[in-house]
Amino acid sequence: MTISIRSIEKKFGRYPALNKVDLEIADGELLALLGPSGSGKTTLLRTIAGLEFPDAGQVLFDGEDVTFASAAARRVGFVFQQYALFKHMTVAKNIAFGLDVRKGKDKPDKAEIARRVEALLKLVELEGLGKRYPSQLSGGQRQRVALSRALAVQPSVLLLDEPFGALDATVRKSLRKELRRVHDATGVTTIFVTHDQEEALELADRVAILNKGQIEQVGTPDQVHEEPETAFVCGFVGEANCFDGRVGDGRFSAGALQLPASGLRDGSATAYVRPHDFVLDDAGFEVRVDRAHVQGALTTVNATTLDGRPLEISASRAEAARFAGTVRISARKAHVYAA
Amino acid sequence: MGVTLTILSLIVLIPLTAVALKAAHQSPEAFWAAAFNDRSLAAYRLTFGAAFVAAAVNGVFGVLTAWALVRYEFPGKTIVNALVDLPFALPTAVAGIALATLYAPKGWVGQFLTPLGIKAAYNPIGVVIALTFIGLPFVVRTIEPVLRDAAEDVEEAAASLGADRLQTIARVVLPALAPAWLTGFAMAFARGVGEYGSVIFIAGNMPYKSEIAPLLIIIQLEQFEYERAATIAVVMLAVSFTMLLVINAIQAWSRRFD
Repeated sequence: MTISIRSIEKKFGRYPALNKVDLEIADGELLALLGPSGSGKTTLLRTIAGLEFPDAGQVLFDGEDVTFASAAARRVGFVFQQYALFKHMTVAKNIAFGLDVRKGKDKPDKAEIARRVEALLKLVELEGLGKRYPSQLSGGQRQRVALSRALAVQPSVLLLDEPFGALDATVRKSLRKELRRVHDATGVTTIFVTHDQEEALELADRVAILNKGQIEQVGTPDQVHEEPETAFVCGFVGEANCFDGRVGDGRFSAGALQLPASGLRDGSATAYVRPHDFVLDDAGFEVRVDRAHVQGALTTVNATTLDGRPLEISASRAEAARFAGTVRISARKAHVYAA
Repeated sequence: MGVTLTILSLIVLIPLTAVALKAAHQSPEAFWAAAFNDRSLAAYRLTFGAAFVAAAVNGVFGVLTAWALVRYEFPGKTIVNALVDLPFALPTAVAGIALATLYAPKGWVGQFLTPLGIKAAYNPIGVVIALTFIGLPFVVRTIEPVLRDAAEDVEEAAASLGADRLQTIARVVLPALAPAWLTGFAMAFARGVGEYGSVIFIAGNMPYKSEIAPLLIIIQLEQFEYERAATIAVVMLAVSFTMLLVINAIQAWSRRFD
């Protein structure tokens, strides 16, 4: 199922939640909608689901206009942030719900429903828990029930709203792998919302970054990390040191930090440098090391430039000893944006 | 635990034991005669029957009222909200007189019912009307917080899975309300069984027809038949207690998923 979002606009009262959003999602893709809270990512997901209807614009599923079709008519599987399980039903009944409510000849017979429920429990590794009630499950297990309930109706697209938001870090990590595995096993077009950039970068084929109701950039995790198109994306995705300075004659300068900035107008600008893009360089500028801290395979260095700007450097474990006192560094890669 | 037991004993258990002891001050034959003569049997039937019907009526309309109060904004909502609690606060005699005036054959509502051949006051229907009035806030106020907490995303989930509105309400919303509903029902029922003030004005109080058991107790007391009064009280106590136990058991079952 390919999905096209065309100039979607949505206001809540006078507050614009989505402002002329365009997005194309390919068949079988796993896409992340990434952004801070209030960026409109959940509204966009709910608009794709048919739980929210836009003020203007179109939603197309395989070229067909479904802008005002109900969620059921679109055959979307939606996984809610707080699971939204039916707490008075067993796990098996929850998963079977979408099949149970079908009418007439669309409704599979009992044995078929039971077989599908078993297969889904197996898919999300919850075999043997079909007779439990949601209150008897852990958060991660509940989320997996919610996932299999959404998959039971064989949706044309699977939509997940902050699916791992309420879970602790370990469960989150394993569920991420699980979602990827389930996506690869079913091949269903999947869109999930997250404010966690690590989650988006690790899990998704492509990431769409939203800010203030607009899409800032859409690209592979590598693209949005390495070639951020806007200052917002650069600051939001991955760690970045931020320097306010000026561009003049094709060069950016902020104190001792000098960077090439060809093609930018003269004037004030902001440069972003990833911590791992600072390298020891005898031809570079001087910084004073405040703290060098070995953390697993990496050394995290907190330093200050001679004109008092704090910055963070990420180096290998082996380099830890070299970061002491005053060192010379340079930026091997930077992103400069006109302010 | 100790405090609970002490309070429960002082306020509930000891007075109730006193009633039972009073009733035991007579021969088994006399007890039987006082407890199960035709007049008292008719009174029990009316009291428990009317309380049950009234609680059932409130069970339906209380849910609708709570639903409207939680889910909709409408002009005068605060007033409606306060009105729901009125039966809690109103002296029951006032409610009884007001209802009797309204539903009497020549009353505001009664005059329209009479041509239809419905007599709403001075008969068992009057009793049900009074008990419905008294019981409504119990159902509304127990359902309301549960309905307010019930996340709307559960309904959205049902809808996204293809359930129509009717299926969503019948299979998702109402079952989740069941424990609270049973509590409200039990409270409205219990209140109805014990209600006296509002009923006697509208019931007509005809022995065998529209005489409630609490009234029968008062009548016995006025005739200085203390043992007979206590006997009827003991029977009511036993039946009420059994019914509340059963309702609690059903409720525990309906909470099995919590």
